[in-house]
Amino acid sequence: MSRFQDLTQLPDARGHFGPYGGRFVSETLSFALEELENIYASLKDDPDFQAEFDRDLKHYVGRPSPLYHAERWSREIGGAQIWLKREDLNHTGAHKVNNTIGQALLAKKAGKPRVIAETGAGQHGVATATVAARLGLKCEIYMGAEDVERQKLNVYRMHLLGAKVIPVESGSRTLKDAMNEALRDWVTNVDDTFYIIGTVAGPHPYPMLVRDFNAVAGREARSQSLEQIGRLPDALVACVGGGSNAMGLFYPFVEDDDVAMVGVEAGGEGVATGRHAAPLASNAPRGVLHGNRTYLMSDEAGQIADTQSVSAGLDYPGVGPEHALWKDVGRVQYVAADDDEVLAAFRELTRVEGIMPALESAHALAHGKKMAAEMRPDQHIVINLSGRGDKDIHTVAKIDGIEF
Amino acid sequence: MNSARDDHQNAAGSRRPNRIDRRFAELKQSGRTALIPYITAGDPAPQHTVDFMHACVEAGADVIELGVPFSDPMADGPVIQKACERALAHGTRLVDVLDMVAAFRQRDADTPVVLMGYLNPVERIGYETFARRASEAGVDGFLAVDMPPEEIGENSKLFAEHGLQSIFLLAPTTSSTRAATICDHGQGYLYYVSLKGVTGAATLDADAVGEQLARLRGLTDLPLCVGFGIRDGASAAAVGRVADGVIVGSALVGRIAERASEPETIPAALKAILGEMRAALDETVTA
Repeated sequence: MSRFQDLTQLPDARGHFGPYGGRFVSETLSFALEELENIYASLKDDPDFQAEFDRDLKHYVGRPSPLYHAERWSREIGGAQIWLKREDLNHTGAHKVNNTIGQALLAKKAGKPRVIAETGAGQHGVATATVAARLGLKCEIYMGAEDVERQKLNVYRMHLLGAKVIPVESGSRTLKDAMNEALRDWVTNVDDTFYIIGTVAGPHPYPMLVRDFNAVAGREARSQSLEQIGRLPDALVACVGGGSNAMGLFYPFVEDDDVAMVGVEAGGEGVATGRHAAPLASNAPRGVLHGNRTYLMSDEAGQIADTQSVSAGLDYPGVGPEHALWKDVGRVQYVAADDDEVLAAFRELTRVEGIMPALESAHALAHGKKMAAEMRPDQHIVINLSGRGDKDIHTVAKIDGIEF
Repeated sequence: MNSARDDHQNAAGSRRPNRIDRRFAELKQSGRTALIPYITAGDPAPQHTVDFMHACVEAGADVIELGVPFSDPMADGPVIQKACERALAHGTRLVDVLDMVAAFRQRDADTPVVLMGYLNPVERIGYETFARRASEAGVDGFLAVDMPPEEIGENSKLFAEHGLQSIFLLAPTTSSTRAATICDHGQGYLYYVSLKGVTGAATLDADAVGEQLARLRGLTDLPLCVGFGIRDGASAAAVGRVADGVIVGSALVGRIAERASEPETIPAALKAILGEMRAALDETVTA
């Protein structure tokens, strides 16, 4: 029997994962969250809804995504066998679409004609704009002004998809500020607007439903491992910003005690420098932001800290509440990879396997490589390749001194 | 209203009648509507805040809501966001805000002060520390925008032990079930958010507010105060006809912003607009 079976019974009725999670929102939003909770509760186990979701995942997203044995890279490293869960091959190029398909179906059931979202790297924004285009929903995306600058390609993609991208100039002009602004929009337009949150954070029921929609990746990886490896892998590795791709991969393995799990946060210039986005790996204190209690980077006075990462998608001071609990109970180990290691991993996978990873996913690759080197060739690691790297070409070229 | 909570043992063990309950009892007796200004502590710089608080009282404020600046004020519009930024640029922390209240108390022992803001600064210094220090400073109530009654838990008791009343929000979207829960947990007064949106947004519809308040009167004896969308004497008076108190924030903070470079002119500007509101509210009493 698993030591961790209690973890699959969460959250509780009020959205708590142990001391984390909850619904810390201003009163105007309580109604919308209750409504969302009720809609999801009524559809969660509805076979018609699940069938529609599965159909979209298969025919629109292109699931299942492959579990790819990176044989050449594994050989070069000389340790464990590395398997890549190819979420980069999903329609729109990342895991984010699993969740936006699910939430867009909920928006449709709720009868809301307008959707909004926050985005960091732009992957969630693109995935939201994509499903909005398909369902004919009006779509507005909040994006930190700094991220608009470093993710121009995705900004234009959203524009082509018919979404309006609203640059957010307040605060640090990154993901957390985009989320603040999306919440302000929602509180104003709550009658006709559905807020598609892009990660396993935010007020209840978001952490739960984003987890559930992303868990398809972990369910596939589990059965693919049994089929292709002949057993479960020894370890899973995924990057963690808010933590939705890691949650999606890890969740179906929670009760498999022999499968180690490692979440890799953004080490930025190095956790020791303080310029990073790694609340778990840096042992940040508990705090409350964006509707939930979690580990949160803030100063002594409780002001939210500025974060630093080469990858816009991980540039967030908090982390999903379920990850916070998993850290406490020791189910998952959380570490950080710094920008230099990440860029090296980005280049290495591109050269060795012909797969260009998103800079976010390259965090998992950087740490997965270190783990593999310490393991035996008959051991197996599954790394979540959560997104493709086309969107990051500008960032990497700039580091190389090339301007397009 | 909440007579059981009128007196508490505070941390030091001395008895202290709660100023909020006492103030609303006085207002009820005289048939007047409470005027409740909100200003952000530390805006435009920390050394001015206590003067501004006294200016508000001189202009007829009955309760003061003092904003604790926060880096990520999600429920606030641009006016109060910028006030937070100005205050944070001077490093205004929650503990500094408590010092301001203590300084205010040296000259004003009667006007209730409610701290308003977001939960994380309290989360960070710790609930116990916060409750004790707030009580020592002379704070009477606490309103965290992102702390609904479902999440306050044991801290409600902790705050009460320190004579700190928990003020909660009600919104036009609040269901009857939730309204009952909120009324049940509420102390001091209830803050009715007059419109969907952030602070400083559009003007409110006083008739619609009146209907909602009538519905709430069946659930609670607590004073019902209305905020969001009150910007001048006329809007204050319109709301004052149906509410026990009017809360004015962005209209004041906007005036502070306009005069941030000449802060010595701010107390007079605050007095002018609050004086106009006070007069308009008092007219509705005699009318």
